[in-house]
Amino acid sequence: MVCDVCKEADAVVQLTEIEGTGVRLLHLCEKCAAERGVETTLAAAKPDVSNFLQSVHQQMQATQGDAARCTFCSSTFRDFRTTGRLGCAHCYEAFEKSMRDLLRRVHGNSRHIGRRYEPPSSGAMPDAGTLNELRDRLARAIQSEQFELAADLRDRLRGLE
Amino acid sequence: MIDLSLLPDGGVGWLDASGENSDIVISTRVRLARNLEGYAFSGRARDGERLRVLAQVREAMSDIRQLDEGVLFRVDELLPEDRLLLHERHLVSRELAGLDMQRPVRSGAAVYLTRGTSIMVNEEDHLRLQSLQSGFQVADAFSIVEALDADLGERVPYAFHEEFGFLTACPTNVGTGLRASVLIHLPGLVLTKEIAKVLAGLQQVGLTYRGLYGEGSEVVGNFFQISNQTTLGRSEGELLDYLVRVVTHVIEREEEARKVLLRDAGYIIEDKLWRAYGTLRYARSLSFDEVMSYLSSVRLAVGLKLITDLSVYTLNKLLIFSQSAHLVYAEGRQLTESEANLARARFVRGMLANDTGSTQ
Repeated sequence: MVCDVCKEADAVVQLTEIEGTGVRLLHLCEKCAAERGVETTLAAAKPDVSNFLQSVHQQMQATQGDAARCTFCSSTFRDFRTTGRLGCAHCYEAFEKSMRDLLRRVHGNSRHIGRRYEPPSSGAMPDAGTLNELRDRLARAIQSEQFELAADLRDRLRGLE
Repeated sequence: MIDLSLLPDGGVGWLDASGENSDIVISTRVRLARNLEGYAFSGRARDGERLRVLAQVREAMSDIRQLDEGVLFRVDELLPEDRLLLHERHLVSRELAGLDMQRPVRSGAAVYLTRGTSIMVNEEDHLRLQSLQSGFQVADAFSIVEALDADLGERVPYAFHEEFGFLTACPTNVGTGLRASVLIHLPGLVLTKEIAKVLAGLQQVGLTYRGLYGEGSEVVGNFFQISNQTTLGRSEGELLDYLVRVVTHVIEREEEARKVLLRDAGYIIEDKLWRAYGTLRYARSLSFDEVMSYLSSVRLAVGLKLITDLSVYTLNKLLIFSQSAHLVYAEGRQLTESEANLARARFVRGMLANDTGSTQ
C-alpha cells in the first residue's frame, strides 16, 4: 500500500486521526509518519512496560477491535491490551494483523530469522492430551460466555469420547 | 525449610569469580522462553493444565543426560521464606516465586536446578531455560541452553510459528525467545557521571538495562544488568555478538573512568573506598542497602588494587548471603529488622576477617 500523503513510498503505519466528530484512517510511510510525530524505527523501542502497552494501545486503534477473540483460550484483544500478555499461542493467529504491526513496532521487524523448529512427530502427543485440551477450552469458553464455541467444543468432545 | 545442600553447587557456582573480567562482570545469564503446544500460557491456563505441563516436562527431562544430577523444587509447595531465598539466590524470578501480592504463586510452578543451569516451569511462559555463569561468558552460557533446548524440543512440542518464531506470552520475547544479560558493576562510570550517557547509548542500539534482580528492579550498589531488548528479526548469533561487542565497549569505558578517577581525584577516592571498607569491617548494624553501597566501594578498591588481600569471590558471596532470607536461613529463625541488621553486620565482619586472616 502506498502512503496516503506523499503517494510515493510504501505505507508502514496506520494512523487514526480524530477530527471534530469524524475519524480518519491514514496509511503513512516512515517519513510522513515521523512528520506527524509517529515513530516507526527500532530505536523507538523503550524498555518499560508502560511504553510497550502504549504501543499496544496505538496499534489496537489502528487495526483491530477490542472484541476480537481467540477460539483456543477465549481471550479477547481487550484482555491483551489490559495485561500486556497473550492467553495462548493461538492468539498470535487470532489477532494476526495487529500482532504483526505491534511486533514491527516493538522489535523493528516481524519475521523470525533465528533457529527453525520442527516439533517431534505426533506420537509424542498422547490422545489424552487432546481430550484434556478440549475440556480446558470448553471450560474457558463457558466462563467467558462463548456459548456457540462451547457447543461446538462439546460436540467434538462427545465425538472423541 | 528448603534444603539447598541438595544442589550440586548450592546454586551459587556463578559467584566463584572464575569467568572473564570477573572484577567488573559478576555473571552472565542466557535464557530461552518456550511454550508447549496444546495448552494456554501459564497466566491463562487452568490449574489442571499447568500441572499437566509440569508432568509432561518432568517426563521429558527424565531421560536427558545433561539433567542427571539436579533437583526439582515444587515452588508452589514451598513456604514464602523459601521462595524468597531462591529468588535472592537468583535461581527463580520474582514472578515464579509469587512474591508480588497481585500475583501469588501459581499451581504447578516449579524449578529444576543443576550446576549452572535451571529450568523454570510455569513462569510467564511454560518453560524458561536458563544458564547462569560466572563473569563475562556469553558464548558458554548460550551453548549450554542451546543444547538443553534441542534435547527438550525433541521430547515436547514447542509452540512455533513460521513467521513469528517461538511464541511467548509477552510479545517482547517472541521470535528467538532469547534474553542474554550481563550483571556488571560500573562505579567508575557512576562516579565520573558518564553513566547516563552510556545507558542512553544502550537504548539507542536495541539493548536495555535493569537493576540487580532483573525486570522492574532498582539499580543498587552500581550494579546493572545489560541485556538485549529485541528478540525478533535477528538470529541468536547476531543478538549475542551484538551484546558482547557493546558490553566489551562498556567494560573499556569503565576501565578508562577508573583511571581518570585515580588520576584526578586520587586521595579523595582512596579515602572514600577505605572508609567503606572500615565500615564493613567494624560496623555492628548494617541495612542491606548500606552493605550494597559499601560493597560497591570495596569492590572498586579491589579492582584498583588498593585492597589486595580480599577476593572477588568473597565480595560476590557477601552480595547474596547478606540478604534477608539468607540471614533467616543462616540463623534458623525469623528476624526483626533490627535483628537482621545486627546479624548482617556480624556475618559481614566474619567473612571479611576470614578472608584477610585478621581479627574481627
